[in-house]
Amino acid sequence: MLQIKNLTKIYDGGVKALDNVSFEVPDGQFLAVIGLSGSGKSTLLRCINRLIEPTAGQILWNGEDITAASQEEMRRIRRKIGMVFQHFNLVHRSKVITNVLAGRLGYVNPAWSLLNRFPKEDVEKAIKQLQRVGIAEKAYQRADELSGGQQQRVGIARALMQDPKMVLADEPVASLDPVLAHSIMSHLEDINKNDGVSVLCSLHFLDLVHRYADRVVALNEGRLVFEGLPKDIDDNKFKEIYGRDAERVG
Amino acid sequence: MKNNKKTSPWKSIKVGLLSLLAMIIFAYGFQITKVDLEELRSENRQQSLVRVTRALAQPEIFEYEQVEEIVNYPIYVPCLSDGSQASASERSASEPYIVITPACANPGEIIQVEGFNFAPLTVGPIRFIPGNDPSNVVSLGRVNAETDSDGHFIVDMEIPDRTSDDAQFIRATLRRNIGAPRFSKTAYDTWNKIVETVFLALLATVFGTFLAIPLSFIAARNLMKTVKSPLTSISLSVLGWPLGILLGFVAVRGVGNFSAAIGSNVLVNLAGIIVSPALAWVGLRWALPQEEITRPSQNMRFARLGVILLVVLVSFYGLFQLANLAMSIGQTLEAVLGSFSFLGYFLFQVGDIVAIITPALGGLAAGGALSSILGRLGQIGSEKLPGSTIKTLNLILTTMAGVTVMGLLGRLVEWLYEIGEPMYTLWGPVAVGAIAGLLLATLTKPKESLPIGMVIYSITRTFLNALRSVEALVMAIVFVIAVGIGPFAGVMALGLHTIVSLAKLYSEQVESILSGPLEAIEATGANRLQTIIYAVIPQIVPPYISYTMYRWDINVRMSTIIGFVGGGGIGFLLQQNINLLNYRAASAQMLAIAIVVASMDYISSVLREKAI
Ligand SMILES: Nc1ncnc2c1ncn2[C@@H]1O[C@H](COP(=O)(O)OP(=O)(O)O)[C@@H](O)[C@H]1O
Ligand SMILES: [Mg+2]
Repeated sequence: MLQIKNLTKIYDGGVKALDNVSFEVPDGQFLAVIGLSGSGKSTLLRCINRLIEPTAGQILWNGEDITAASQEEMRRIRRKIGMVFQHFNLVHRSKVITNVLAGRLGYVNPAWSLLNRFPKEDVEKAIKQLQRVGIAEKAYQRADELSGGQQQRVGIARALMQDPKMVLADEPVASLDPVLAHSIMSHLEDINKNDGVSVLCSLHFLDLVHRYADRVVALNEGRLVFEGLPKDIDDNKFKEIYGRDAERVG
Repeated sequence: MKNNKKTSPWKSIKVGLLSLLAMIIFAYGFQITKVDLEELRSENRQQSLVRVTRALAQPEIFEYEQVEEIVNYPIYVPCLSDGSQASASERSASEPYIVITPACANPGEIIQVEGFNFAPLTVGPIRFIPGNDPSNVVSLGRVNAETDSDGHFIVDMEIPDRTSDDAQFIRATLRRNIGAPRFSKTAYDTWNKIVETVFLALLATVFGTFLAIPLSFIAARNLMKTVKSPLTSISLSVLGWPLGILLGFVAVRGVGNFSAAIGSNVLVNLAGIIVSPALAWVGLRWALPQEEITRPSQNMRFARLGVILLVVLVSFYGLFQLANLAMSIGQTLEAVLGSFSFLGYFLFQVGDIVAIITPALGGLAAGGALSSILGRLGQIGSEKLPGSTIKTLNLILTTMAGVTVMGLLGRLVEWLYEIGEPMYTLWGPVAVGAIAGLLLATLTKPKESLPIGMVIYSITRTFLNALRSVEALVMAIVFVIAVGIGPFAGVMALGLHTIVSLAKLYSEQVESILSGPLEAIEATGANRLQTIIYAVIPQIVPPYISYTMYRWDINVRMSTIIGFVGGGGIGFLLQQNINLLNYRAASAQMLAIAIVVASMDYISSVLREKAI
């Protein structure tokens, strides 16, 4: 169980990106995070693995306080939290397999990383993850030779390498065309349903939310404005989340 | 585009004034730089220009085997009062001879020298040989003679101001080339020096690059911005450095003495070189398991630390043995390899260098290691201990760190300037350091994370900028004074300049990498070192290669002139020949420089294209 308690983030410039946000995510849930761009979705997800330091509040994961963890403890926590990004964030000039193996960095001894060595089991495992997302034949190509959809699958394989208990996906399909979106989302669904991994996924399109999410939280200017089931988002709620002028399509 | 602005008279006046100002500045520049075309037109200048240009157009690269015909003929200067004439020795009719008319003369008079029976189409000087010894090598005056197809010449010559009662001599030396052209001595010298030049540039570039890479990471804002530590950790790291350096230096020197005591038997060396890396590898495999899911026990961790320490000592032992072996093999090779003896020399020197710098290396490694271990302890301490304890600890440790740093700085000043006044160079700085440390510990909250990364970043940047503004030539002058004239000074100067300028360029590249991959790698639980290896380095390889090639290019250019100030390379030879007015040799060297620079330019542009 992930518990977010009164989380607030104020950036150096004074922007209040998160304002006293509290909610809970039971293990194994697929949670969608929605909101306009600039509403604080990315900030929220990055606070959970402390890529961004929260200004105030608490994040408890299975009782452990992530916000109070030391550097050493953070390394151990992070390796159990996979992350998937809107712009994939692969290392372009490295091979696909190296990008996937990077998911093991939280486990391998840093001294061996100096020599760029991974245990043999890890390499085998990396190939397996690539097979799972359907691009094993690309393993030894350079990452930037792949199309967007393929790159995002590498991103998912990298997250899978971590043996994650939770995956944070920050608009994983926003830079892909709609046809590919479903293929990427179904990989996340597969991880969620079959491996029992919690997924926190920020999304733009409500139809994807309806199709994949168990539950939804909505942010507006850093405040939590909705928390509930996807089907509970009626027209009123919709306008509250997306603003008075928003039109509901589809 | 439409111009909506009205043109006001003010504007025109302003433009006029500005042009006037520009002209004045330009005129002043002319005067300062002594632009003087009159000088160019003067006859002297023109003549020497022609002479130099001609010499430059004939680089002294090839020469021929020459045969000489030398004939001496006696002459009285001035004429004897009794009217008797000097007479030449007997000769057969077919031998070359010269005739002088008149047979005696006063200084300043013109005589005619006519030669017969010389080999056809030869050239050479006609000279006046003072004194009564025809084999004298000193000569005065000189005109050039050239024989026709019958071996005959006539030239006029002015008698120099050198009088004697004895007969003096006129000497004709006519030379002709035989056989095929061969490389001249100048060509060989030039070749040797140009090789030295290229290697000077190569060494400087390699050393510079290796040291610039780590520097560029700590001079990159985006990497250092996130480095934050609590004060306890910072003070302990600061204390760790000097302590570690001292311990490491002593320990490694001990290993060195042990290695020396074992002797320089080649077999022993070989065994040491083979056994110690194997031992080190086994130790490392045991002490650093590749992946570990659960935390090892405390005892286990101590045991591992011990093994790693042993591994390090064993590795250094191997290094000493390697140096020893390289030196003895080098010595043997130098004696037997003949024209390849430079290989032996190289091996010997490398061994010597390794033996000398290994203790320093050990000191640095131990300093870094101890500093990071203590820093880690400090980090854990300030997370686990209560605030009040940390506050007290900080007061003590920060004061100690301040005292250590300022004390060492004071010692450095003392060593540099020999002030000999401990009030200024020891007690003063120590007091300042103590007060600064106390203040810092009092003013900061005990567990606050301080932006130590930005502090290191700023210091590094300032240092780089300051050193970068010193020209490589100036550095070379300093190093010539420090290590003596020769290519070594040049390597040091170019190397240092390479370090600082590449570190700057590199760090700008690090600052412009994509932050996305960095974030992604960090999110997997990678530590800082792993993040650099997997997210930063792949992104900076192409620009690093490109900048290194560019620098290699600059270094080749620089190394051709660094000899002008005594830094070795071809510049030294070039300067010498120019000073001796030996323009044909200088021309050969200029040609060599042009060829090398142009081909380096080409090679580096090709390689740069390949790398990107
Ligand atoms: N590094 C930053 N520094 C300052 N302000 C930021 C930073 N990152 C995001 N913000 C601001 O915080 C708010 C929330 O941003 P973000 O979390 O990226 O929203 P979303 O992902 O929902 O589009 C925005 O107003 C944005 O401008
Ligand atoms: Mg976002």
